[in-house]
Amino acid sequence: MVRERELAKPLIGVLAVQGAFAEHVLGLERVGADSRLVRQPTDLEGLDGLVIPGGESTTLGLLGARTGLLDAVQRTLAGGLPVFGTCAGMIMLADETTGGPQPLIGGLDICVRRNAFGRQVASFEADVELTPFPEAPFPGVFIRAPWAERVGPGVEILASRGGHAIAARTDVALVTAFHPELTDDLRVHDLFLRMVREAGAHDSVGASPVHRKEGERVRAQ
Amino acid sequence: MADGADNGRTGTFTVKSGLAQMLKGGVIMDVTTPEQAVLAEAAGACAVMALERIPADIRALGGVARMSDPEMVSGIQAAVTIPVMAKCRIGHFAEAQILQALEIDFVDESEVLTPADEAHHVDKSAFTVPFVCGATDLGEALRRIAEGAAMIRTKGEAGTGNVVEAVRHMRTIQGGIRWLVGLPAEERYAAAKELRAPHELVERVAADGTLPVVNFSAGGIATPADAALMMQLGAEGVFVGSGIFKSDDPERRARAIVEAVTHYEDPEVLARVSGGLQGAMPGIEVDREHGELLQTRGW
Repeated sequence: MVRERELAKPLIGVLAVQGAFAEHVLGLERVGADSRLVRQPTDLEGLDGLVIPGGESTTLGLLGARTGLLDAVQRTLAGGLPVFGTCAGMIMLADETTGGPQPLIGGLDICVRRNAFGRQVASFEADVELTPFPEAPFPGVFIRAPWAERVGPGVEILASRGGHAIAARTDVALVTAFHPELTDDLRVHDLFLRMVREAGAHDSVGASPVHRKEGERVRAQ
Repeated sequence: MADGADNGRTGTFTVKSGLAQMLKGGVIMDVTTPEQAVLAEAAGACAVMALERIPADIRALGGVARMSDPEMVSGIQAAVTIPVMAKCRIGHFAEAQILQALEIDFVDESEVLTPADEAHHVDKSAFTVPFVCGATDLGEALRRIAEGAAMIRTKGEAGTGNVVEAVRHMRTIQGGIRWLVGLPAEERYAAAKELRAPHELVERVAADGTLPVVNFSAGGIATPADAALMMQLGAEGVFVGSGIFKSDDPERRARAIVEAVTHYEDPEVLARVSGGLQGAMPGIEVDREHGELLQTRGW
């Protein structure tokens, strides 16, 4: 197995405009990352990864667009920063939605349907078979959850439900329609940390000179 | 592979309290028409509360205040994609059943409406739809959570535009939590008795140092500064009732309060969004001596 260069403690930003960002901060801490709440464009400097949490995607989009934060996130992600979006975060990272126009971050070649499973009374918990975790199903918490109606060729589907993708990834983007941050199962956060470390290993320049100065530099082999 | 084979478990406490978690850091706005709902959504509200009359008008009009007309609620549901909440009277489980049948996203068992039961609240754990309930102190919050509430809000004094009661309730709840955390185990039994709350929930609060569900602030928030004050006092989001649509420029005020909740710790942002807003709702002094306070409803 290839040894990844280990960032001693990667610094992960968590978009903190609205929603369940505190739960992600806890999850990241538990898998061994540092975190920083991102409310202003300047908060994006020096990050090793970014989480877009669950919340209301219209609120995230409107507020983000108003303050210039969405543009800043787009520019940062275009530079290859690994990103993890849950529920509303998955919507924000999609290139398009089936509904009306709303401000998105985009970058991931999928088309999502918002509230695809229905209103809150249809919100549910169910076991999810995720391809990276064949050992045991993942406890899926779906809250007014979206699904991906279309998934582009460069995007790997990690789980489906009723024929629709509910988890997907590329090398640098990971999205789930459900909420790993509301469970005690840390495998998805751990998977994201591995993506962050791999991206760091392949990126010799580094998107985060500030933070990496503190990090122990173990060479990729 | 079990792709869509199982139907999933609906109405669990995790999905009910989970929706409240998704609303955190947001503003829930009272709206009475689809047009107001659209305006609220465009301003960045994370949810709307559909009701026929905002609390200030309920106060002015008097009489029995009931659940809203289902047609009116459906009209608002059709107008927006964000969650839609609606109020039922305290203890009026039939109104709650109707709201659940309408697929409302959250039911507010609210003291703003005229109570239907003088002793009992709705058994909220029996419902698939989540409930939010008002509280003035820790014991009341824990009693509502024991009944199945998935979210708590301070009651404040709705329809007054005066934040003083919301502040009192938030400080009382937070102070109650700090008190519990400091108690040794043997004193927490008597504490449960004093709070009139289940010992099991008392233990949980003592261990976690927080309520087991999300806690918003409501009742009298009228300005961005009010919203920021409540957030700094520990609210996880705010309800704004009369404060927006009783003001002179609802659209601008709505946006300003939304930004204030996100940037509640940043006085520069607060100064910017607070500037140039037209008049706030007039507001009334809370008269504790005369007239019924809405906050005293609930048991």
